[in-house]
Amino acid sequence: MPRLSYAAPTSVPDAIKLLAGAAGLAKVMSGGTDLLVQLRSGRTSPELIVDTKKIPGIVGIRETESGFVIGAATSGAEIGEHAGLCAAYPGIVEATNLIGSTQVQGRASLAGNLCNASPAADSVPAVIASRGVAIVVGPNGQRSVPVEQIVTAPGRTSLAKGEFILEFHLPKPKAHQSDAYLRFIPRTEMDIAVVGCGVSVTLDDNGVCIDARVVLGAVAPTQVVVEAGAKALIGSKLDEAALAALDAAARAACNPINDKRGTIDFRVKVAGVMARRTAAIAFERAGAR
Amino acid sequence: MSKIHVTTTVNGEPAEFLCEPQESMLDVLRDTLKLTGSKEGCGSGDCGACSITLDGRLVCSCLMLGVEAEGHSIGTIEGVARGDELHPIQRKFLEHAALQCGFCTPGLIVAVKALLEKNPNPTETEARFWIAGNLCRCTGYDKILRAIMDAAAELRGEVAA
Ligand SMILES: Cc1cc2nc3c(=O)[nH]c(=O)nc-3n(C[C@H](O)[C@H](O)[C@H](O)COP(=O)(O)OP(=O)(O)OC[C@H]3O[C@@H](n4cnc5c(N)ncnc54)[C@H](O)[C@@H]3O)c2cc1C
Ligand code: FES
Ligand code: FES
Repeated sequence: MPRLSYAAPTSVPDAIKLLAGAAGLAKVMSGGTDLLVQLRSGRTSPELIVDTKKIPGIVGIRETESGFVIGAATSGAEIGEHAGLCAAYPGIVEATNLIGSTQVQGRASLAGNLCNASPAADSVPAVIASRGVAIVVGPNGQRSVPVEQIVTAPGRTSLAKGEFILEFHLPKPKAHQSDAYLRFIPRTEMDIAVVGCGVSVTLDDNGVCIDARVVLGAVAPTQVVVEAGAKALIGSKLDEAALAALDAAARAACNPINDKRGTIDFRVKVAGVMARRTAAIAFERAGAR
Repeated sequence: MSKIHVTTTVNGEPAEFLCEPQESMLDVLRDTLKLTGSKEGCGSGDCGACSITLDGRLVCSCLMLGVEAEGHSIGTIEGVARGDELHPIQRKFLEHAALQCGFCTPGLIVAVKALLEKNPNPTETEARFWIAGNLCRCTGYDKILRAIMDAAAELRGEVAA
């Protein structure tokens, strides 16, 4: 096993220099709730761990003129305690707070959940549904990447060597805009999603949907943006016809695996049901805003 | 391998130790600092037997590197009692017989203390969800819940100690 070193840089340039300069595998660490499990089990053997948490601003939430900035390494617990974010993006908060136990919440971050690149990552469909943007920094400077473009395959991301996520940007929600996330697991806590669904909707003053995003998790190698599902919702007040079209679109978007948590048939059916239920919650919240 | 020197605070007291980069905080507590109250049930974040607080926040010490303690404040089960006087949560665990083998108990008590500091008046459902990451193979949880609810009431001053 290669010798492991640990660094906790206190600036973005220092972190990039360390990551880009490593001869072997260098891993970014936020909360470590995926990375340290993989390190212990031998699934990853980096030569360098770069702990980002001492970089100013990478932990914490800021409300700005244009919306919210969530530091890449901010824990789920902190996200759940932020009143402004809970009011603006209840779906992102509920999705993030589903990750693991109280103990895991104390450390687990959005960047780690995203970059671990599990198809079942709970926060990811919700962040994509609300058009979250990742601010990626690296040797070639900074770029803004829509969150759905980060994960390319299970365990793989589009980040280049030396790059890491510094923060996530969420736009200021419009009038009558809200979101929701639901997952199906065989029990009530501490399990991995069989299907996860994030929905964001914006309604007009009459309760008619004018914008929507529907995103599924755990039903394909990466999260799936269900364009046809959004189309089914736009122009509707969520009547049965819209729900049936959404259900069909969600099922059609699935390309799942068979595993101990659910068969292909089961996941496809549940995806439709989850989409219906999540949309109903998002509509209700959006109407109340 | 070159060990890293770490300066931190453990249970309110300054502490220093040397550790390897890959060593978990749990291993540092148990093997280096000889604080063996925190237990290793799984080493993968599932059981909660290793629960500690990091700057007041409940975390699994098995999923934290020892080097991460630098400049932070760690709280373990050893810091819960005041000298020989048990914390009310500890006393209620004994009174309600909320333990059998006791392996899960230190982690549970650290977790429950963090709960009651954040939410002094939890519902039973809130308490159950809070400790969903603390596994107990012996008690069936019911006595643990009785102990938590009773300790919470006492700490709120609702029941004579
Ligand atoms: C007991 C337990 C239960 C869990 N339950 C769930 C669950 O219910 N739902 C769920 O979705 N997940 C769950 N997880 C997985 C894990 O907790 C989450 O994926 C968590 O969000 C990971 O965040 P982290 O900050 O701990 O990531 P880390 O472990 O720090 O990092 C994970 C990966 O992301 C990379 N990374 C981290 N930060 C950055 C960055 N800033 N830029 C680029 N790459 C980065 C790392 O290199 C690593 O590959 C569970 C884990 C445990 C141990
Ligand atoms: S030993 Fe840390 S959670 Fe089980
Ligand atoms: S008392 Fe034995 S594990 Fe809880």
